[in-house]
Order: sequence, then C-alpha cells, then structure tokens
Amino acid sequence: MKRWFALAAALASLCLLPSPQASADETSVTLWHAYGEAEARGLHEAITAFEAAHPGVNVTEVAVPFGAYASKLESAIPTGNGPDVFIVAHDGIRTYVDGELVASIGPIPTAVSDDVERGYLDAFRVDNVLYGLPIALKCTALYVNEALLATPPASLEEFRALAPVLAPGVSPLAFETDSAYYAAAVLHAFGGELLDATGHYTFTGPSAERTVAVLRDLVQQDVVPQDASGALVTQLFASGRAAAAISGPWLATDLPAGLRYRVVPLPTVGGHRMRSFVSVEGALLARGARDAATSRDLIAFLASPSGALPRALIGRQTVTSNAVQADARVANDSLLSAFRAAASHSVLMPTHRKMRAAFEPANRALRKALEGEMPIRVALAEGAHRFEMITRETMPAQNPTVFLVVVGLLFLVLTIVSIRKIADAGMRARIRRSWPAYRYVLHAALAIALLVILPLLVGAATSFFAGHGRDMHFVGVANYVDILTAQGGPIFAHGSFWLVLLVTVLWTVLNLLLHVSIGVALALALHRPMLKMRGAYRVLLILPWAVPSYVTALAWKGMFHRQLGSVNAILSHLGVEPVSWFAHFSTAFAANLATNTWLGFPFMMVVTLGALASIPNDLYEAASVDGATSWQRFRFITLPLLGPALAPAVAMGAVWTFNMFNVVFLVSGGEPDGTTEILVSEAYRWAFTRSQQYGYAAAYAVLIFLLLVGGNRLLSRNTEPVGGTR
Amino acid sequence: MKQSSTRAVLVEVAIHFVLLVAVCAALYPILWVVSLALAPSGAPDARALPIPDSISFHSFASVLFRQNSSGTWVFAVQLFNSVVISLATSFVAVAIATPASYALARFRFVGSKAGTSLLLFTQMFPGVAASVPLYLLLDSLHLLDTRSGLILVYATSAVPFAIFQLRSAFEAIPREIEEAAMVDGATQFGAFLRVALPAARPALAVTGLFAFMTAWNEFILAATFLSREEMFTVPLLLNSYVSEYSAAWGNFAAGAILVSIPVCVLFYALQRQLAGGLTSGSVKG
Repeated sequence: MKRWFALAAALASLCLLPSPQASADETSVTLWHAYGEAEARGLHEAITAFEAAHPGVNVTEVAVPFGAYASKLESAIPTGNGPDVFIVAHDGIRTYVDGELVASIGPIPTAVSDDVERGYLDAFRVDNVLYGLPIALKCTALYVNEALLATPPASLEEFRALAPVLAPGVSPLAFETDSAYYAAAVLHAFGGELLDATGHYTFTGPSAERTVAVLRDLVQQDVVPQDASGALVTQLFASGRAAAAISGPWLATDLPAGLRYRVVPLPTVGGHRMRSFVSVEGALLARGARDAATSRDLIAFLASPSGALPRALIGRQTVTSNAVQADARVANDSLLSAFRAAASHSVLMPTHRKMRAAFEPANRALRKALEGEMPIRVALAEGAHRFEMITRETMPAQNPTVFLVVVGLLFLVLTIVSIRKIADAGMRARIRRSWPAYRYVLHAALAIALLVILPLLVGAATSFFAGHGRDMHFVGVANYVDILTAQGGPIFAHGSFWLVLLVTVLWTVLNLLLHVSIGVALALALHRPMLKMRGAYRVLLILPWAVPSYVTALAWKGMFHRQLGSVNAILSHLGVEPVSWFAHFSTAFAANLATNTWLGFPFMMVVTLGALASIPNDLYEAASVDGATSWQRFRFITLPLLGPALAPAVAMGAVWTFNMFNVVFLVSGGEPDGTTEILVSEAYRWAFTRSQQYGYAAAYAVLIFLLLVGGNRLLSRNTEPVGGTR
Repeated sequence: MKQSSTRAVLVEVAIHFVLLVAVCAALYPILWVVSLALAPSGAPDARALPIPDSISFHSFASVLFRQNSSGTWVFAVQLFNSVVISLATSFVAVAIATPASYALARFRFVGSKAGTSLLLFTQMFPGVAASVPLYLLLDSLHLLDTRSGLILVYATSAVPFAIFQLRSAFEAIPREIEEAAMVDGATQFGAFLRVALPAARPALAVTGLFAFMTAWNEFILAATFLSREEMFTVPLLLNSYVSEYSAAWGNFAAGAILVSIPVCVLFYALQRQLAGGLTSGSVKG
C-alpha cells in the first residue's frame, strides 16, 4: 500500500510541475496557427526576425491541431485564454466578427498598403473596419511532369487528346473531380459561382450543368481517374502515373526529390481560363489582446516584405508581398512564381457565413452526377434543396416566460414530493441507517455531479436555443418540433431524423450480433484447456482493442480506398472487379460495419472468457456422468449461464455502438450522400460543419439520450438491470 | 476408440484453423499501418500483402526526434505529459470509484438505485453537447491548459464505468471474510481497506487500465482545453500530421504505432486479470 501512496504523491507533484513562463519584464505576444511543419518553420524564422528588431518582446507560437482550430478560437478568445494574434483564411472573417473574436487593427500601415494588392487587403475588412493583414495565398495550379509532357497543355481539351498517346496506365491528368473546391475552377470559367453575394446557393443552372458535363466526360474518357482522393492524386503524380495534376502548393511538399516537374497556371476550358478559388491567409488581431500595440506591430511585420521573405524562402508560401515577389530568389523559384501568377487569375473565396455549408451539398451533388446515378440537372437540384435544409433560417425568438413557468412548476412539484417523502418517519429512519454508506459515495457523487452531470445539463439546456456560435436566442421546443417533424417534409425524407434513426438501429443491432457471435465463438475455441498456443492466440486477438479507435478507423478507411486500398487488391487477386466502397449505401455501411466489428469483438470475447471461467466445472462433470453429449452440455449448461453474464456487457456495448462516432465519421464520413450517417455523427455535423447550430445539435443529443434511456427501460424489464447483476 | 481420437484431432485442427483466420483478420489492419510507417514513400499503395518493398525508419525517426521551432524535443515533452496524465487519471478514477462501488455492493441505502441509474444515464448522453460547458467550467476553476484540469475531466468521465466494474468485483468477494475480520475487531472501513481491497486487486488493475486508455487515446477534449505546446499530449501530435491540405500518412502511422505500444504492453501484462475483472461476480452457478 505504501508504495502506491508514494507513487501517487510522485504523480501529483509531476502534475503540478511548473512549465516555463515568460519572465515578467518581457512583453509577450501569443500567436496561434494551424500550419504543417514546413510553413511553421518559415513563420518561426519571420518571428525570430521580429523579435530581433523588437528587443524585450517575446512571441510564443502555438501550432494548434487543425481539427480543433475554429472551435478553440471560439471558446478561448471570449474567456481570455486565447491568442493575441491568430492566422486564419479570410473566408471565416464574418464568423469571427459576429462572434466578437477580432478587434480593429486601425488603418493599414503604409509599408503594407503600397506593397499588397487592394483585393487581398479588403479580404479582412468588414463594414469598413480592418481586422487583420493578408500574409499568404492558397490556390490551385497545374503541376506538369516534365519527363512525360514536354510542353504543358494549354487547355483541358488538349489533355483529352493525350489519353491515347501516353503509355498505358498513365492518366493525362489527375485531380479531385468530385470535390466542389476543384470543380469550382471550371464553374468560374463558365461564369458561374457556388454562392452569390447574398448567400444564395448557385450551383444550379446552365453553367453548373455544363461544368458537371465537362467533368463527367473527362472521367468517362479516362482523361482523369475516377473518384480520385487527394492521396490518390499525390500518389499518381509522384509515381509518374499521372502526367499532370491540379493541386495546391501543399502537393509540392509530398513529391519525391528526384521528380522533375514544373508548375503553371490552370489551363483553359471551352476557351475560358479555369479560375480556382483563392484563400487569403491573414494574421488577425484577437479581441482582448494583452498588448494590442505590439500585436499590431507583429501583424504589420508578418505582412511586410521583411516578414514575408523567410516565409516564402523557408516555408515556400505564396506570400502577398509584391516586393518579395520581385526578389530574385523568389522570382526564380518556379513554384512560387507560378502560384503567384495562378492567384491573380483566381476567384476570392466568398466570405458569406453560409459558404462553408455550401460545400457539403455541392460535393454530394457532384458525386451523384459523376457516378451517373441520376441526371445532372436532378442531382444539382437535389444539392440546392439540401443546402436550403442545412442552412435553414434561424427560428424566431420566443418569449421564455411560459417555458420558465412550466419548469418552475415542475420543480415545485418535485420539491413537494421529495419533502413529503423525507417527512415520512420510515424514510427518515432509512436515511439515518444509510448514513455510513454515504461516507463512501460522497466524493464520487460530488465529482460526477460537478464534472459530468452539470456540463451535460447545461448542454441539454442549449437545445432550447437557436442561432449560430455565440449568437443564440431562446426558441422553446422549436428545435425538437423541427427535428421530429422532419422539417415539415416527408417523415422518411433523405437525412430526416427518423431515417437516420432507422440506420442507427440497424447499425447497432448488426454490430451487436457480430460482436457477440464472433466474440463467443472465439472464446469457446480459446476456452479448451488443452489448446496449444492458447496464450499467443489470446494476446493477438485482443490487439484490436488496444489500438486507439481513431487510428483503426483511419487505417480501415485507407484499406477501403478504391485505388490504393488493400481490400480491392485482395479482391482483384480473387478476380473480382474493384469496388467503389463509399459509392453505395450497402458497401459503405458494410465498410463501417467491418471496421466496428474488428474493433468490438475482443471486448465480447474477453467478457465471455471470464464468464466461461466462472462456470463451475462440477456442473460439466455431473452432466458427463449422466451421459450428456458435448452439444447437450453446451446447450443446457454453457448457454443458459452465459446469457445473464453477458447481458450487462451487451447493454453497455449497445450504448457504445449507438454513439460510435469515430468509426462512422472517419470511415465512411456519411458517404454516400449522408445515408450512412448515424444520429450522433449527424448531431456533430449540425454543431460543427453546418454553421454551428449548437442548439439543434444539442436537441439531437437529448433525443439520443431519451431513446437510449427508453430502450434500456424496455429491455431491462425482462432481463437483469444493466451494468452488473445483483 | 480409434475413431474418436481421429475425430478429436480433426476438431483440434478445425479450431486452430478458425483461430488462425481470426488472428490474421485481427492483425491485418495493424500490419497495414506498420507497412505504411516503414514504407520509404510514406504513402499508401495498393497491395494485398502489407509488406513494403524496402524498409525505411525515416518516418519513425522524424516522429521520435521531432523538435519544434524553438528546438524543444516535442515528442519527449508530449510523451511525458501523456504518461503523467494517463497514470494520474487511472489513479484518481480508481480512487474515486473504489469506495463508492464498495458501498453499492455492500450496503443498502436510500438513493443507491437512483444513483446507479444516473451513472448509467451519463454513459448515454453523447459528449458532443458537453464540451463547451466543460470548457467554461474549467476556465472558472483556472484549470484550462493544465495537466490537473485534464486529469480531473478524464478521471470523472471514467468513474461511472469504473464503478460498474468494481461493484461486480466486490460482489464476487464473499462477505464472510470481511465479517470474520469484523468479529476480530476490525471496523467496517478497516475490513474494506484490509480485506476487500486486496481481494479486489485484479479488478482494480483492469479498471485502472481502462481509465488509463480513456486518457491515453483521447483527442477532442485535449485539443479543446490545451493551448500551450508544452502541455500537449501525444494524440495531438499525431493529429498534427493530418492538416487541412495535406497528410503525412507515413508519420501518422509511425506515431500511431508508438502510441499503441504502451497500451499493448499493458494488455499483455494484464491479460489474465482482464478476463476475470470484467465479469467476476456476474455468474453464480
């Protein structure tokens, strides 16, 4: 025991170990970014130069994980835990202004105003207030393998002519045709746009139809490989199996050193130049920055030529500074100058708050049309409808009085009931007798009440509010009504709560069946005392449980990749055509199911092993004496005793599977077309990818909770209570 | 006699065959990740057998020896954080859960039923809704960006499941031993500390392992609550290889393997207790 206390004390002291803090006499500025390694190095070089020019100033750079960046800014800045300066793409600027996350930086510093193009500067201006300065650009261009193509084709039509000329197995061009981000370059060439200035979804109509038709022809004529993901594009171009690729500067970091390639602006299509989206990355001043003056200086420095040069040379960023662009070292770098030229033809990503929500329906419409599942016009119209559904108008605010009165009355009734219960003499005696037990449970009860139940209650309460981000208002039960009535559409309409619920139930039932049957079968095999290599089998079969589930999920997603995945490689050895796993509901669902079965069977196996070990051996001996066959012993001893032992584990497994977010989100991601989404991943989408409708997401969470409680009640009526038997 | 022994051999062969197939299926994705980590290109390639043509430890080296821009050895710092946070989580969770689960197993008291249901209910509420309130709570306690804050959150979220497990472990321990100790003059608490606790040791170890895993693999809350690189845990490092535009899959795979090794070792060490700890007390023959 003593050893444990010593260990606990050592751990406690380690936790409290101070971490290095900036000394008090220094001015310190914190900067957040979500850059990868190379860009972070360039940025660091620039910051070192800034610190050298401003003695006594210390800048702390924090590389925030990209997946958590936006939500972190949103929670950290208003509570004073955020950065002073942060680097983001310009298209979220309105969200940051509405969420009161940014502060004005005042007029444009002269060193920057003469050096950076007006359009890029205006990207960070909302209602005539400037919140940050542009530092770098991200757009796409054409990468050409010089060994395969002597001159870069000037138009998409020329690529079509290349298909028969190139060696077999080499695609003329590779890019993500089913991504609206890339398709937009063609759309812009035809004069269309994804979202107009007033926030209307415009990926419909003649120019959109023409865009999809061009892309479909490219795929059907084998000019561009089918459903290419970013990883496939990289792979094909890096290995010389694609003569050209459309991608951004990020592709360059993944290319092998020996590959000879050049980068040129995008080709034309139908006589018009393709124009990709361009995102302007800027350094923004956070509201409540501790030292606003120094933070402004840092922002101005990063945007200025002296801050831009190291970012261009070391981080290989396409910087906005014109002076740096003229520097010989930058101008002679074909990558940098090509992207700079490409950016000048590009279309600034719209800053409307609905922009991010436009990609999900547009991607799905594209995918459906390219798969040939439905006519182009129908797929596009469906996309437009989907956009309307997910960007639904926020509900009007309601007067909370009625609601508060109802809640107040409920509380009053509850209090009266509990007071009357306690007033009962027998009850008081029982409470007095319970006193010793309370000393054992008090700390656990407090900890759970404060850190588990309270946050969940607050979370549940947000389901009575609507709005985006921090801008919320009370709407009563409107969210619930909206969800349960499928937004006024047909009850089992695409993406409705009820349809997703059906999928979730199917998902849970099939998973449990597979988990239990595989787990029990393997446990029975392992339970034979004379089995050779029993220990080795057991350890190897538990392994899937020990690997973190997000790693597993990503690995399985890779294995189900159409071109790069090993599942299709195995199938091709068996003479089966490659399958597009995520193009159909059944195959995508099967991929999710396979992943989760792999993850979940070891738990059931281990539980069954434990249960088998605790069945007394004399039962079997007695049965043998009575002449029971091995099947009879299994049927009449093992099975009946196993059932109740597994019940709590199965109930727990049901809850976990019902809410298994990682697998669904990371493996199929809801593909195709959101049909494999389960309730919890749908809730996540409302909260994070559909303009932050937290109230709506919370209502989903509460409904999930109620369903599970109800289901548990229903099942435990005939079986033992869940979570261990008594 | 002859016939039945042939039959026994056939059954044995069939069982080994089934187990071997299962082992291959269990190992295949793991080998796929290993081959990705060892491939010189660090990119996935379509092949049925996950064996790379040539082996390079470049991905492992670049994860292991990664330094941040100011020259700190990030991997070591973050590994240290992960180890401290996960160990402390498992200690705190077990310490909180043990007395409570003992009380639930041994005493009948007012509220025990309601409390158990409430514990189960906490497992049913999707965590999506709780992260913003938790952030505000930790902020008001000044525990954001600290190891202690993260430990507190992880430990309390691991407590409900820990209580379920330990309760059935205590139920499996015969009451008579404790009663004998109490006849010999021990208090109820003394009996708990000196008799029940040592007897429940395997279950405590398994419960501790699960709490350890909760903390070791967790990513979303860590990303939300931590904003200083020297406080980050290893899953955050892994995530940094998958950025907005590009993904360094080779490094991600190498990191994933490094992250998985400690848990695999713990599973190996505790495999016997694992089977007992999860179900003890639930079968009464």
